[in-house]
Amino acid sequence: MQFDSFAAFLFMEGHGPYVWTCYAVFTLALVGLAWWSLKQRTAVIRQQYHAQLRAERRQASADAHTATDGSGTPAASFSRIHPS
Amino acid sequence: MSMWRWFHKFGSPKWFFDIASRLIPWLLGTGLVLLLTGLVWGLAFAPQDYLQGNSYRIIFIHVPSAFLAQSVYLMMASAAVVTLVWKMKLADVFVQTMAPVGALLTFLALFTGAVWGKPTWGTWWVWDARLTSMLILLFLYCGVIVLGRAIADEKSSARAVAVLVLVGVVNIPIIKYSVDWWNTLHQPATFTLTKRPSMPVEMWAPLLLSVVGLYLLFGWLTCVRMQTGILVREHRTSWVRALVRSQGV
Amino acid sequence: MHPVRKKRLTIILFLVAGLGLAVGLATYAFRQNINLFYDPSQIASGEAPHDVRIRAGGMVEDGSVSRDEDSLLVRFRVTDFSSSVAMEYEGILPDLFAEGQGIVAMGRLRADGTFVADQVLAKHDENYMPPEVHEAIQRAEAKKAAAATTSSAGY
Repeated sequence: MQFDSFAAFLFMEGHGPYVWTCYAVFTLALVGLAWWSLKQRTAVIRQQYHAQLRAERRQASADAHTATDGSGTPAASFSRIHPS
Repeated sequence: MSMWRWFHKFGSPKWFFDIASRLIPWLLGTGLVLLLTGLVWGLAFAPQDYLQGNSYRIIFIHVPSAFLAQSVYLMMASAAVVTLVWKMKLADVFVQTMAPVGALLTFLALFTGAVWGKPTWGTWWVWDARLTSMLILLFLYCGVIVLGRAIADEKSSARAVAVLVLVGVVNIPIIKYSVDWWNTLHQPATFTLTKRPSMPVEMWAPLLLSVVGLYLLFGWLTCVRMQTGILVREHRTSWVRALVRSQGV
Repeated sequence: MHPVRKKRLTIILFLVAGLGLAVGLATYAFRQNINLFYDPSQIASGEAPHDVRIRAGGMVEDGSVSRDEDSLLVRFRVTDFSSSVAMEYEGILPDLFAEGQGIVAMGRLRADGTFVADQVLAKHDENYMPPEVHEAIQRAEAKKAAAATTSSAGY
């Protein structure tokens, strides 16, 4: 350790504010970037997961329509009016 | 021929995604350990500088940021060539997802340099060739980010961004050699690959650790961010659909 | 490699090389504007304009600094080891200002060849070392210099 006490370490003979500002900004920026990058990846997975579920539900209800209808008319044209 | 096969395999999004998943914990672990060791060593244990006292300790974050800011750009330029020549999607994913990282590193190099300049030079900023060319690098990164987002069509966006990156690559040798070619306030490089560092080992060892650590963390960020980019672009493929289902929420 | 790709790669390489050449020539043509400061040789040869705000830089000559007793006025000479220029500055100097240190000053060149600075920035080199090492080097140099003078005096 180059410093006699913790206070001296923080003060750094008057250069403390400069040095610590740099280290703080550097750490915050990198931690922020890492956190944002991880969050983005989770958000994309979550969004696609829900999109898949929605599509499946739509498909299922469309299938149900054709089943009850029984007339053989294509259900595809109705599938759009089921928002979830 | 095997090199080309490897090259094309590398361009496969699924292959890259799997490799990235395996690398992620290692890059994060070793990167953090090396960077933190380097920074704590540099802050508390490295000796003072005879001239600048303790303010020189900013070097342990300033040099890694500036080093990476430039090498990220060079990597983006290589990826831009791959985009234009081979039309490889993955290369464009790299350019567009990593441009914000390069911008942040350039900002950090400029910011730490300004804060360091105040107690040593007596000014936050001068328009010398090194500082100005570094500011241009920041603008180039911002230009890449904005241009990529402005064009909706994936292919045109990839091509436009690649051209901009390649045009900007002439700035890199200017940054590097500015301190040798012109009179600048900024001093020449302390740390180069070709000659012995102009500082004793107890100063350059922590610096080397933080540079390598930050490189590894950059590798980790590359993996995470490119995975996100791949998931977005390949969301219709069966492997991404299966992966999303297995991950759940 | 596919011929189409080879062609595309060649075109790209040519374009980047051409662009590099153009930028290289342009920066070469403007090199004086890119230089942050004039060095003492340029000032001595009359390259630097008089009575215009310019920057001048170099090394503060050993033993040249004289401080005015009742004001903040400092006079010193700045050298690049082939020419030197006299400077005047009134104000607080940066901590790193010392004889043998590099500086960059902003100011005007007076008709008598003195540079009147209104801002002095310290320039340091790329060498870093612990204070003890620096002292050891200085001691060794002083010893060598002393040995040289005694030996020359002896003969």
